[in-house]
Amino acid sequence: MHIVVVGLSHKTAPVEVREKLAVPESRLGEALTRLCSYSGVKEGLLLSTCNRVEVYAVVDEIEAGYGRIQEFLADAHFSVSSEQLTPHLYWHSGDRAIGHLFRVAASLDSMIIGESQILGQLKDAFEVALTHKTTSVILNKVVKKAISVAKRVRTETKIAEMAVSVSYAAVELARKIFSDLSEKTVLLVGAGEMAKLAARHFVANGVRHVRVTTRSPYQASELADKFKGTSVPFELFGEDMASADIVLVSTGAAHYLISSDEVQRAVKQRMNRPMFLIDISVPRNIDPAVRHIDNAFLFDIDDLKVRVEQNREDRLREAEKAEQMVIEEVGILRQWFQSLEVTPTIVALKNRVDDIKRTELEKALGRLSHLSVQERELVEGMASTIVNKLIHSTLVTLKTEANSSEGVAFVEAARRFFKLGESPSSMQNGLSTSSAGESDLVRADEDSPVEGLTPPSVLHDPRGGGD
Amino acid sequence: MATGFFMVTMALYFGATILFLAYLLRRAEALSTVSLGITAAGFCTHTVAIVARMMGTTGVSTPTFHEALSFFSWMLILVFLAVEFRHRLHVIGSFIVPLALVSLVSAAALPDTVPTLRPMFGTLWVHVTLSMLGTVGFAVAFVAGVMYLIQDGLLKSKRFNVLYSKLPALDFLDHLNQQSIVLGFPLLTLGIITGAISAEFVRGTYVSWNPEQTWALVTWLFYFAVLVGRLTVGWRAKRAAYLTIIGFAGVILTLVGVVLKSYGPVS
Repeated sequence: MHIVVVGLSHKTAPVEVREKLAVPESRLGEALTRLCSYSGVKEGLLLSTCNRVEVYAVVDEIEAGYGRIQEFLADAHFSVSSEQLTPHLYWHSGDRAIGHLFRVAASLDSMIIGESQILGQLKDAFEVALTHKTTSVILNKVVKKAISVAKRVRTETKIAEMAVSVSYAAVELARKIFSDLSEKTVLLVGAGEMAKLAARHFVANGVRHVRVTTRSPYQASELADKFKGTSVPFELFGEDMASADIVLVSTGAAHYLISSDEVQRAVKQRMNRPMFLIDISVPRNIDPAVRHIDNAFLFDIDDLKVRVEQNREDRLREAEKAEQMVIEEVGILRQWFQSLEVTPTIVALKNRVDDIKRTELEKALGRLSHLSVQERELVEGMASTIVNKLIHSTLVTLKTEANSSEGVAFVEAARRFFKLGESPSSMQNGLSTSSAGESDLVRADEDSPVEGLTPPSVLHDPRGGGD
Repeated sequence: MATGFFMVTMALYFGATILFLAYLLRRAEALSTVSLGITAAGFCTHTVAIVARMMGTTGVSTPTFHEALSFFSWMLILVFLAVEFRHRLHVIGSFIVPLALVSLVSAAALPDTVPTLRPMFGTLWVHVTLSMLGTVGFAVAFVAGVMYLIQDGLLKSKRFNVLYSKLPALDFLDHLNQQSIVLGFPLLTLGIITGAISAEFVRGTYVSWNPEQTWALVTWLFYFAVLVGRLTVGWRAKRAAYLTIIGFAGVILTLVGVVLKSYGPVS
């Protein structure tokens, strides 16, 4: 049972390749079902966004699994062959696969580090997989953990705090001028894409009053409707400017639309209340001399980009902290993952019943001090036989189901029935140091599962720190 | 006991000042939390020191300069803790706590036997307390003004440094500036009135036009103009920041004048 990831992202493949492999949301379920129909693929999750297409799966054999998934990816599009894909793909298994998912979820692998979209996309992908029942014990656990790791990274680092797009930067700057954006008015001049995007960010951040002006009155009123605002005739907006706290300009005009004098007048009308002017047009539409007017703060596209660049650097610093968290969390999950292996479960189960047997024997024999040595052995033998017979069928089932598709579920069930603990960290410490010794022990036991007269102390040792 | 607590307070404010100043330049939120804790501890010892002193005083209640400045410093920290509690703005501490420390050190430097004014009237402490409360308002306005000018300068020159990210929004600072003057001005007015009444009782004249009284009146007129200017012709934002800084300089000069004058006859 291995967890693997095969995929490509903005780091390994150009958009021409990514767009071919991208699976539209409507066909995600169908694709997942197809993925899980490949032999050896036990569980599957497909994450398809504009920046990445990744398949997470639980497979029997790592190498064979890689092959199956690559086949699956190539099959999705007629014009792509498996070989053509190879240079763009990456393959990870085990810890590295889990770590990769954590990094993706925490937006450490994103084009814009710290952006929040990817987490939503992962949740959606998981939702589809759950609906189509293509994930089970392992992927469910891993994906849920990835989501919680992403949340931890968001709350414990400042990775998502800083604006890394021009329009976000504009909102961030506005917050340094106005503490409460909800009472502020945005005047949108022109219908440039960037300005519209920025206006949308302002609205998302609480601005309730939007005024729009464009050369075409029709377009202005259409845009105004979109932002639930009002439109202003283009010829009059200069006079109207005083009512705006934030002026967003982005038109195709080749000359200055807003002069220094106009701004000066507006500031005066506003009784020196600060004004925030953002000029996202190239060539610029606001006279740069506005910079020298007190209480008017003009930022052009380059100023905003400087801010974005700075934030990006800060984010990279925060990303390093987040990487540490990912490593830590992968370690925690690894322990759980290892516990799902059959051998340690069998060892733990034997230890558990032996513990019970030993304490009960001690109790009983303590009271029966008059027994002869022979009688004592008889009682001990009986106790051993009872516990071994009780768990015998469980052990056999675990071993036979180990390689079936439900194997993990059986292990999980056995762990719960016998209260073996979900994340046996204490036990794992022992296991990782002496796993070889233990498997030998189990193999030796296999010959005489019922007799199992191995002294408890021997079995007890490998548990290390114990419970 | 009062002196012991007073010294401890001074040490604590000193530590908090160092940390708060370091906080201005470094990206470490923990620094501000620690210095905030130290400031709060200092405030407690300061309170104990003031109360102990009040209990120890008997006879004529004539506040000394030492007491007046100590009270001023205590009020400043109280205002800071209140603003901090409400807005979670550690950075204000980087400006107010040093000011409180300076005032406390000045208090320590003055022998605490020198009275603010020669004991003329039993209720002189009313005049001193009100004037000091007014001054606290102006001090906060001054701090808000300084912060405003720094943030304004950083925004204008597009220097988005650590300080930029820590300072609050301009309109918040402008509002703080306004509120402080709105609260400080009536208190100073009452302080001046009670002072004049005291003078009337003692000297038989409300105003004797000595330098410090003249200064006090000039300061009062100045703040009156600042307040009216804001409400009528929009003396807000940058201009208000400059004006309150100038005004506070005037207040300090008045205080220094009063102190020097009181020392004159004594020495």
